[in-house]
Parts: sequence; C-alpha cells; structure tokens
Amino acid sequence: MTALSGRNRTRIGLAVLGIVLLAFPWLDHNNSHIDFLANAGAFILLALGLNIVVGFAGLLDLGYAAFFAIGSYAYAMLASQQFGIHIPFWIMLFVASVIAAIFGILLGAPTLRLRGDYLAIVTLGFGEIVPQTFLNLTQFTNGPNGISSLDQPSIFGKSFGFSATPYYYVLLVLIVLGILIAVNLQRSRLGRAWMAIREDELAARHMGINTTAAKLSAFALGASFSGLAGVAYAAKLSLVSPDQFQFNVSVLVLSMLVLGGMGNIAGVIVGSFVLSFINSFLLPQSTNLAHAIGLANVDFTNYRFMLYGVILVAMMLFRPEGLIPSRQRKAEFHEAMADPTLALQEQSEYEGAART
Amino acid sequence: MHLVLASGFDTSLFFQQVENGLVIGAIYALISLGYTLVYGIIELINFAHGDVYTLGTFFSLAILTALGVSGEVHGIALVGVVLVTILGSMLLCGIVGILIERLAYRRLRNAPRLAPLITAIGMSFILENVMQLWRGPSPVPFPDLIPNPTLALGGVDISLKQVIVIGFAIVMMIALQLFITKTKMGKAMRATAQDRDAAQLMGINVNTTIMMTFLIGSALAGAAGFASGVYYGTTWFFNGFQAGLKAFTAAVLGGIGNIPGAMLGGFLIGLIEAIGTQYIPQGAQWSNVLVFSVLVLVLIFRPAGLLGESLPEKV
Repeated sequence: MTALSGRNRTRIGLAVLGIVLLAFPWLDHNNSHIDFLANAGAFILLALGLNIVVGFAGLLDLGYAAFFAIGSYAYAMLASQQFGIHIPFWIMLFVASVIAAIFGILLGAPTLRLRGDYLAIVTLGFGEIVPQTFLNLTQFTNGPNGISSLDQPSIFGKSFGFSATPYYYVLLVLIVLGILIAVNLQRSRLGRAWMAIREDELAARHMGINTTAAKLSAFALGASFSGLAGVAYAAKLSLVSPDQFQFNVSVLVLSMLVLGGMGNIAGVIVGSFVLSFINSFLLPQSTNLAHAIGLANVDFTNYRFMLYGVILVAMMLFRPEGLIPSRQRKAEFHEAMADPTLALQEQSEYEGAART
Repeated sequence: MHLVLASGFDTSLFFQQVENGLVIGAIYALISLGYTLVYGIIELINFAHGDVYTLGTFFSLAILTALGVSGEVHGIALVGVVLVTILGSMLLCGIVGILIERLAYRRLRNAPRLAPLITAIGMSFILENVMQLWRGPSPVPFPDLIPNPTLALGGVDISLKQVIVIGFAIVMMIALQLFITKTKMGKAMRATAQDRDAAQLMGINVNTTIMMTFLIGSALAGAAGFASGVYYGTTWFFNGFQAGLKAFTAAVLGGIGNIPGAMLGGFLIGLIEAIGTQYIPQGAQWSNVLVFSVLVLVLIFRPAGLLGESLPEKV
C-alpha cells in the first residue's frame, strides 16, 4: 500500500497550505496582495461566524453586519482619542467579542421564538437600526464622518505600523482559532442540537433539547466572531464609519456562505475567498481590461450587487448545498425537493408548531 | 385660522402631520397588501416586493416620458394621463411579479423554508441593480403633473395631490376586497391560502392562483409606485428597500395574511412615521429606528397582529 489514506492526505494537504500561508508575505512582496488577503481574512472570519447561525442552526440572520459594526465601533471608542481611552488591541479582541455576543443575546432573546421568516426580517431591521444609531449619535461617534486614527496595535512593544502584514498574521491566527472552535462546536452536543433544530425544531424540542438556549448560543457565538473581525478590520483601516456596515455587507457574507456551502467550514472559507477575490481583483481588473481595449464606459464593479443577487438565486435553484457541500445539508435540501409529500407533511407540522 | 393651545401645543401642526401620515400610510398600505397576499398564499416574505414598488415609479416615469408629459396637466387630459400611467405601471409591475414567482420561487415551493427566502433576497438585489443600471445611482425627479391647489381647512393645508393619493388607494383597497370576496378567482385564492392540497383536490389550478396573487400584489405595488412618484416628486433605485421594510412592518402590525389588517397597518405606520418625525427630537433621523422598533414590539407581544383573530381565514 503506497497510497496514502484519505485522512493522511488531508493532513499533508493542510500542512502544505499552512506553510504556504505562513510564508506568503516572504514569497510575495506585493503589499496590495497582502492587504487583499488580510481583508479577505476578515470576511472569512465573518463567514465562519455567520455559518454558525445560518449553516449550523439554520436561522436566517440578515443583519449580521450589525455585529460587525458593534465590534468595530467598540474598538473605535475604546482604543482611540475619541474618549481618550486606550485599551490594547489584544484585550479589545476579547472585549469586543463579548460585547457583540451580548448584543447577539439581547437581539435573540425576544425574537428567537419567532418562526424563521419573522426572525429574518427582525434581524434585517436590527441591521438597519445599528448603523443608523451610530450615524445619529453624533456626539459619541462623529456621525457620518466616523471615528478615525484608531490606536495601532503593537506586539512586544513594536507597533504594527501601516503595513498589512501583521494584520494578515493576526487574522490567520484568528481564522485558525475560529475553525478549531467551529469544528469542535459542530461535533459537540450543542452542534448536534443545532443540527436537530435545523432539520425539525418540533422534533428537537420533543427530544428534550432546550431549543431557545441552543438558538441563543448560536446567535451569541456567531456574533462574537464578527466582534473579532470588527476589531481587526477597524484597527487595520484605522477608521470606522456607519456606511461600512450597510445591508449589502450582510448580504455579501450570506452570499459567501451560499456559494461555498452552508454548514461546511471548508465550503464557507472557499466561498468567502472566491467572492473577496472577485470583488477586489476580478471586477476591477476586468474593468481596467475593458478600458484598455477601448470600452471606456464599462465598469464591472457596478455589477457587484447583481452578482450577489445572481449567486443567491442561482445557487438556491440549482445547487442549494453550495460548491463544497456539507453532506447533511445536501441531503436536507434534496430530500425535500424530491419528496413533495414529505415536504408538505413537514410544512404542516411546522405550521402546527408555529400556532402553539 | 391658526389654533395654538395655551400649553403651546400647535393643533394645526398636529393635524397637518396626521394628514401627511395618512398620505404616506396610503402608499404603505398599497405596498403591504402585496406582502400580505403573497404571505397568505405561500408563506413567503417576498423581499423583492419593495423593489417592484420602486420599479413602478420608474415605469410610471417612462410612460409619462413616452406620453410627452413633463409638467402640470389640467382638466380631462389629467384624468387620461393619470389613468394610462397607473394602468401601464400596474400591468408592467404585474408582469414582473409573475416573472419573479416563476423564476425564483416556484421551483422552491417544497424546499426548506430558508431557500425561497434567500432567493427573495437575491431577486431584490438583482432588481435594485437593474434599476441602478437603468436610471443611475442618483435620485431621479418625477414630473409634478397634478396641479396643486391647496385647500386650507382649519389651518391644515390639504392639496389635491394628497386627496388623489388617498382616494385612489381607498378605491384600490375596496376593489381588492370585492375581488377577493366576490369573484371565483378570489375564492380560489382564499381556498389555496387555507389548504393548498385540498384546493388542488377541489380542482383549483394552484399554479394559476398563485400567479394571480403575484400579479395582483405586484400591480398594487405598481400603483403605489405611481402614487409615490406623484407625492414625493422623486425616487431612486434603492427607495424600495426601506419602503418595503416599512410596508412589511405594516402587514405584520395588521396581522399578516389579513387584507383589512394590511390597510390598517399601512395607515398606522404612516401616522407613526409622520408624527414621530415631528415630535421626537431629530425625528427624521430616527424614523426608521422607530418603525423597526414597532415591528419588533409587535412580533414579540402580538405576533398575530392587530386584526390577527381572523388569521385562520387567510387572504
């Protein structure tokens, strides 16, 4: 037997990927590439968090950008000249994820007993309220101008400076941590509870699962990921403003999940990387190309939102499990599509549950 | 006559805001009917509905341009122009609604509930982007075609525009109510909403009925789009996002799936917005927060809505 077993092959593949990612800033000296990877990293972290809510627990959260905003603003207010408070970056990572989780619980506690589609619209409303509040509370947040010149993180007394490389490493570490947490959560008792709720909430409740607590923890954990991403992203930009956290950010992260495969960690990472790449490289580059060959009026970056929309619709119609599916999710989507009686039965049970 | 009470409370200002609230409420009511009809029949929040409403304003604008209207119109010509524009906009929006259902929702009717919600968000983004490409990212002016004699009634200025918008919305609502309760198709819609399988067994063509629902809901959004163009005098591609959210709130407030509820909810949301904007400090900035807070409170304390008792008899 010379062939490696599947498990070992995966391990070797991951090790090679890890070495390449660690060495990347030495291999590629183009600062804009590192900058892109660091930004993509923030979105991968966001997608990992949203995946806990949407992918694992099956709750459609359309206001996820609000938690990203809360994390970013927490850093901006507690680590800048704004109030003269300067909490170190490393502590803020922890603090902001806790704050975001608290807001996740505050939003979730009254709303999580609502049926799925109401939850979607309430989270959407929350996603509107949070940036609007940051915009309106001018005396704390400088309104539309946002808060700028945030503290630069430092490590062993050495400041991060304006290079993207340290942020790249920070995000790499955070993503690895996020993956470890997500993988372990998925295999834990809680993860199985989420899966049960996603497939059939009524049945889950009958099996003795405390569905409210399980859904709340999905919300809180998902929010804490975006708190982390918010701190890292705000520190890297050294600026926060309300317009960075509009509805389209929530939809972008959702598109990443849908493209890659809801519920599958590898899928989510690939989906967010691909969409970040399209956004930051493919669309601007193809616009430049079009300009170079004389099509001066073409700007592909204008089609960005169209792209998210098409991804959401086309994937749901033709490949709802995503490019790299999770086995269970695939079965769930196809079971219902293939067997209408079962789906109807489930639907009427769901309605029964909603009425009680 | 300008009545100011001793306490400093300006009643005419208050009634002016009530009147403004009724006008925007009439527009919200027309939009929320579309949400409530579709939710009643297939239990889907049609996120793209708000964008169909904006599309209605743009269609109206295109029709007016085709008619060569760019300013005030008088007399019988005004009636003609208004009717042609409204009917055209309703027809075009109705077709868009049917296409959305056919393209994005029908295949997913038996899929997990998450799936059609996600395509609905996707359709909304696609429509917004199409409108942005069509009419650009900036606000587009809408011709001020209705002459504006105002009638001062006890310090409250009532303009012809406002009367037309409210009157027209009420006519539409009565027509819809009659359609749903008196016609065969209306009966089919009610039956499908109650129990799709049983309706099918009774020989109702469920697909046609659902298509009709989308046609009617979207046509009402088209009419609301015209009304909003006339009333606000401007629109932009993203207009439907917030208007849609508010209209959805109105539908939930009234009791989703319930037609009189959607109308009541629409007027209430309009009043809350207009009065809140006036009396809350910096109210205009907080109006969205206010409306969404109403949504959350209703969902928590009275998820069946104000007229929710009649919920089993959906649509």
